[in-house]
Amino acid sequence: MTSLALSRVRFLPFALGLGTFLAAALIVEILIRAGLINRFIVPMPSQIVASFERVIVEEHMFERFVMTFKECLAAAALLAIFGISIGAAMHRFELLRRATETWVAAMASAPTVLMYPLFLVIFGRSATTIVMMGFVAGLPAVILKTIEGLSSTRRVLLNVGRSFKLTPLQMFLKIQLPSALPTIFTGFKLGLIFALINVVGVEFLINFGGLGQLINDLAERYDLPGTYAAICFVILVSVIFFIVIEWIERWLTRTD
Amino acid sequence: MSVAPMPSPRAAPIPKPDGILVVDDIVKRFPTPDGVITAVDHVSFAVRPGEFLSVIGPSGCGKSTLFNIIGGLVTGFDGSVTVAGERIDGPHASVGMVFQEESTFPWRTVIENVAFPLEIAGMPKTQRLEKAMHFIALVGLNGFENRHPVELSGGMRQRVSLARTLASEPKILLMDEPFAALDEQTRLLLGDKVLQIQQTLKQTTLLITHNITEAVQLSDRILVMTYRPGRTKRVVEIDLPRPRSSEIVGSDAFGHYVAQVWADLREEATRGLDEAESRAREKK
Repeated sequence: MTSLALSRVRFLPFALGLGTFLAAALIVEILIRAGLINRFIVPMPSQIVASFERVIVEEHMFERFVMTFKECLAAAALLAIFGISIGAAMHRFELLRRATETWVAAMASAPTVLMYPLFLVIFGRSATTIVMMGFVAGLPAVILKTIEGLSSTRRVLLNVGRSFKLTPLQMFLKIQLPSALPTIFTGFKLGLIFALINVVGVEFLINFGGLGQLINDLAERYDLPGTYAAICFVILVSVIFFIVIEWIERWLTRTD
Repeated sequence: MSVAPMPSPRAAPIPKPDGILVVDDIVKRFPTPDGVITAVDHVSFAVRPGEFLSVIGPSGCGKSTLFNIIGGLVTGFDGSVTVAGERIDGPHASVGMVFQEESTFPWRTVIENVAFPLEIAGMPKTQRLEKAMHFIALVGLNGFENRHPVELSGGMRQRVSLARTLASEPKILLMDEPFAALDEQTRLLLGDKVLQIQQTLKQTTLLITHNITEAVQLSDRILVMTYRPGRTKRVVEIDLPRPRSSEIVGSDAFGHYVAQVWADLREEATRGLDEAESRAREKK
């Protein structure tokens, strides 16, 4: 295959994805202009695009974007540190695991966002509340996937470690953790989705901070194109996060 | 290839415990829902320095249990295992293990896999990579040192595992059917590689296998085990010339040894098969 053909193959999925998105936007635009979708509920995609400049300049988008990004980053760091540590501890200590695993699993499906008044009381109307809400929402997924990853380490690899007389710490760091990394990353990405939803959601609910607060403000002003433009920036935060996480995952678990 | 005149097969006496590896009167029982099963029953043998001994037996004769006992992975047995006079009661640096299942670390390159025991031993990076390269060359994987296991064939991956174990420079190399998952041609060719390594390093080796051809091709002696409970049935001296290669499988002497070992093994394998079938009938 020639290099030109190869590069075409490589960019084809991206081009197809972008094309599908643009086609969907075009269909919505046509449906709204034709009066089949109420334009007071759903703004036209062209209006959303036109509002980008206004939202960026007048609503201090950059500062808000950075604030939400920082909150997500803090929640992600807490998830990585505490989620993996708690998961590893629960895997290591059978009693702890048996005593708490069901609770953690139940917490994974609980609507933790409803706990925001409690967090407001504890941490005040601040970024800490938002970060902690994001952290708590993502924690169960990281814990459960860490346990699953560590538990599914192949027995023969553990036996290799035993045959080389590894200490428990070496066994964990040199065999169990690298073996579990792909599963842990799956949990981490899931946790991050919950964290991001909660960060923006709590910003919206307590009307504080970055993009969530902006969406709240714009929605209350009934500036629908601006609201959707702000939502696009939330998606951008998510996209940047996932690109970075996947890059880190590839770097840590490179096998080819 | 010329081979020595066809020797008359004979059962070798079980040597007295004067080897570098001495397995003395091992008994291992496992509790099961149907009662206690004796997997290994009063098995004793010794492996001399530089010798290649194979343990062969039908499925269920306790070969793998014996492998795990000698490697220190199984405890709670009667009898003793000593290496160079030192009693083994857990994993031991003197015993290097190569497992039946694929056991390379997929997240490490070939050279990182082979250097693993040296890294654990605290050897400086430059030195350990240099030493790992020596063992990679020994198993014939030059040029693949920076590949990951996923890019290698099954036979190449088993050679990585072998090189990794050899890099720890064990006194005894313990292998549990390392080529069982490979096709016959690859197995014979890897047998050649093992013979070359054995020749180069004078490595004392204990191979657990159920493959008669492999056992005769590689071994100085073959210990034939009975079906459950696993006991020593016979020890056969393989008086084929060294250095050997896979070409020897076409010789009359080789065929004679294979027939001899099969004659011993057939009775046990038949017994194993009959018992498995009667168990299946009972379950019905």
